[in-house]
Amino acid sequence: MAKRSIVPFGPQHPVLPEPVHLDLVLEDETVVGAIPSIGFIHRGLEKLVEKRDFKQYVYIAERVCGICSCGHGMGYCESVEHVMGIEVPKRAKYLRTIWMEMSRVHSHLLWLGLLADAMGFESLFMESWKLREKILDMFDATTGGRVIFSVNCVGGVLKDMDSAMLAAIARTVDDMEADMTPLFQTFLKDYTVQSRLKGLGVLPRDQAILQGAVGPMLRASGEEYDVRMLGYAAYSDLDVAPVTATAGDSYARCEVRLKEILQSFRLIREAIGKIPGGDISVPVKGNPNGEYFMRIEQPRGEAIYYVKANGTKNLDRFRLRTPTTSNIPPMVELLKGCQLADVPLIILTIDPCISCTER
Amino acid sequence: MDQKNEIREITRDVFFATVIRMKMELWRLVQICAVRVEGGYDMSYSFCRNYEMVTLRLHVKEDEEISSITQVYPCAFLQENEAAELFGVKIRNLTVDYRSKLYRIDQETPFKEKG
Repeated sequence: MAKRSIVPFGPQHPVLPEPVHLDLVLEDETVVGAIPSIGFIHRGLEKLVEKRDFKQYVYIAERVCGICSCGHGMGYCESVEHVMGIEVPKRAKYLRTIWMEMSRVHSHLLWLGLLADAMGFESLFMESWKLREKILDMFDATTGGRVIFSVNCVGGVLKDMDSAMLAAIARTVDDMEADMTPLFQTFLKDYTVQSRLKGLGVLPRDQAILQGAVGPMLRASGEEYDVRMLGYAAYSDLDVAPVTATAGDSYARCEVRLKEILQSFRLIREAIGKIPGGDISVPVKGNPNGEYFMRIEQPRGEAIYYVKANGTKNLDRFRLRTPTTSNIPPMVELLKGCQLADVPLIILTIDPCISCTER
Repeated sequence: MDQKNEIREITRDVFFATVIRMKMELWRLVQICAVRVEGGYDMSYSFCRNYEMVTLRLHVKEDEEISSITQVYPCAFLQENEAAELFGVKIRNLTVDYRSKLYRIDQETPFKEKG
């Protein structure tokens, strides 16, 4: 009979960029159960909505996470705008979309680098992050911040991009796409990567739905679900389709993210080609009163923003359900049956963001 | 694409049966949210199928105990623990019960009172 033991994993571990702890129940080297534990970086940011003006709170929403900064700001603003019945100028919608897609490229390249690092493929890690620098430079040029930046406001955006800036972004995207080709080939074709990822941590489609998976994790199991299809921001004007794979393993999750980078390049170019002129924000009068659930597709998956307002400048409630909150339960399922040595890589393939999750 | 995004008020006596039906009809649980209201809480359980979203709204009195839906949707355990720890919602039969230690905070039910 196999010897049963409990091995603590994390909160500090070489593959974990953020703290999460797991109690792994092992039978010899095989994981038979896992209990996740968070709570190392809870900041109570949702509670702050009671003390900050609903317009000021945008800055806090943008600081929920370092990687999804733009998306959280946009999700919060769009939910408040919906409650207040504000129609945001078309140009602002396009600008939000461009920054969102840049954020997706940034997030996925960051994850690809971490994945390569976790596999011990250091040159691939450095290539991924070298490419990511170009996106960070674009953020710097367009917003003044490289990772966390404030561009959203209730009623539109705070910053505009002139035509020279948009042309420069289009050129950079073209360059990056060319640079992506060898990276793409290595991640999808290299023997080392395939042997490490194929067949590892398989999440069948029915389990992905039952366990509430979102984003690339859900789409890698064959479910065609991408919230951008709802057409928020400028997505209704763009050619968006969910990127899917069917194997449901770690390799499929990697494949979906790689293809989403290429899709984001195309969407950025399309948005730059279609962006109309005009104002970037509208004046906001009065206070919100009502409630709304807003969904947006963050790089890690569907995020849900709930606001409840009472007609004063302070909201009653702001709730953010982040993608990682939804991806932790399926991750626990994935770990059951795997080998202890595969645990770090499987955890990494959900692209966990714990600061988002804990808020 | 303009899809349904509705909130349905629901009573306790039909709540669990409705959640089971949602699962049978392949709705995905997407979020659980507690909101403090006078005399208790509003618990919102949102489900998605394709791009439709339906939120079941259950009013819970402050001292009332509700059943966990983790028996039906196992993935609910994190968000139900959060509602219990931050708001003080009394939830029984959680499959994984962190007993108010999910966020490791010193203050008890910080979201229960405003301010």
